[in-house]
Amino acid sequence: MHRLGSPPTFYRFAGALRPWLMLVALAAAVVGLYGGLVLAPPDYQQGDAYRIMFIHVPSAWMSLFVYAFMAVAGLVALVWRVKLAEVIAMECAPAGAAFTLITLATGSLWGKPMWGTWWTWDARLTSELVLFFLYLGVIGLYHAFEDRRRGARAASLLALVGIVNLPIVHYSVQWWNTLHQGSTVDWLNLGRSSIAPSMLWPLLVMALATHLYFFASILGRSRIGLLSLESGKQWVRQRVGGQPAQPTGART
Amino acid sequence: MNPVRKRRLVITLLILGAVAVATALSIFALQRNMTYLYSPSEVDAGKAPAAHPFRLGGIVKEGSVHRVPDTLTTEFVITDRFQSIPVTYTGILPDLFRVGQSTITTGSMVNGRFVATKVLAKHDATYMPPQVAQAIAKAKEAHRIPKAAQGGGAP
Repeated sequence: MHRLGSPPTFYRFAGALRPWLMLVALAAAVVGLYGGLVLAPPDYQQGDAYRIMFIHVPSAWMSLFVYAFMAVAGLVALVWRVKLAEVIAMECAPAGAAFTLITLATGSLWGKPMWGTWWTWDARLTSELVLFFLYLGVIGLYHAFEDRRRGARAASLLALVGIVNLPIVHYSVQWWNTLHQGSTVDWLNLGRSSIAPSMLWPLLVMALATHLYFFASILGRSRIGLLSLESGKQWVRQRVGGQPAQPTGART
Repeated sequence: MNPVRKRRLVITLLILGAVAVATALSIFALQRNMTYLYSPSEVDAGKAPAAHPFRLGGIVKEGSVHRVPDTLTTEFVITDRFQSIPVTYTGILPDLFRVGQSTITTGSMVNGRFVATKVLAKHDATYMPPQVAQAIAKAKEAHRIPKAAQGGGAP
């Protein structure tokens, strides 16, 4: 683990792992989408319109998962000042913001015909919007600092503090009367979920696909982040330039 | 763990704890304002605001939906199985609006009738193929006629 935390080792490891993760993620996405959009039967109430959930629900799960992942990386960055953790935490934010935006957009598209409105200020929708703003805040704070490492630590603190929003998003549908429906999938007992198995399995495959895609993407993004953070160091010159390191520190 | 890291960890966790407590307290204080809707029983108990519009939520009562001919006006009854409130709405109803469905209406009380300006249908978080829904409906129907036929066994 310690060795994996060193930038050159991580760079090599991530480079080797990323294509495989991406390949499995793509395969899972193809299977999941085919299962969801073609094989799964229409819903008894919504007909075919419910199929947007095969995008919406995995994205929503990811919007929470990525935030938790970012906050843990942020904690490591804050306490142990591990460079790699700073990079990973900061690279999580755009990915998480994208998942959150997809969640909000697809939910809105579904809400108009089904609920009768694009948007309403109920607890679930509002807390998910707050989550989106938290991601934007982390991205903005990170870029507001001249020194990238200080920026990463400040943004990590914001990411960590924002974690209080996660239980609010998750439990909002139980704590308050909301327009948004409660949870369908029962993780402790999948068979008890109020969804037909023929619709559940594509959903779970899509969840797997989005998780793998996220990890593949974060590995790739972190490699680039490390390269630019460590530019000028010997290992980066060897990796990128391919020519032997110059004796004097002439940066390009 | 060396003392510097330990101090950082403690400070970070203290900040996190303080924010969590502050958030929990404000949510607790805002509990009333975060109520998205009132049920017919709450309206009956006088908990809903009388002066300004509020949201009324409940189930569309069976056999209560009545469309006024040649208009977009629909009349129906919202119930929580304890209290019922008649509702009038003029406009296009959402796809999921139907009898027995959870529905949220926005409007205000006018002479004992709730005049809605907006009707939203709530999804029940259940997904199943139409065939299964029909089978369940049939099974329920079959169970209803011979009152105590068999215990359980229905899908």
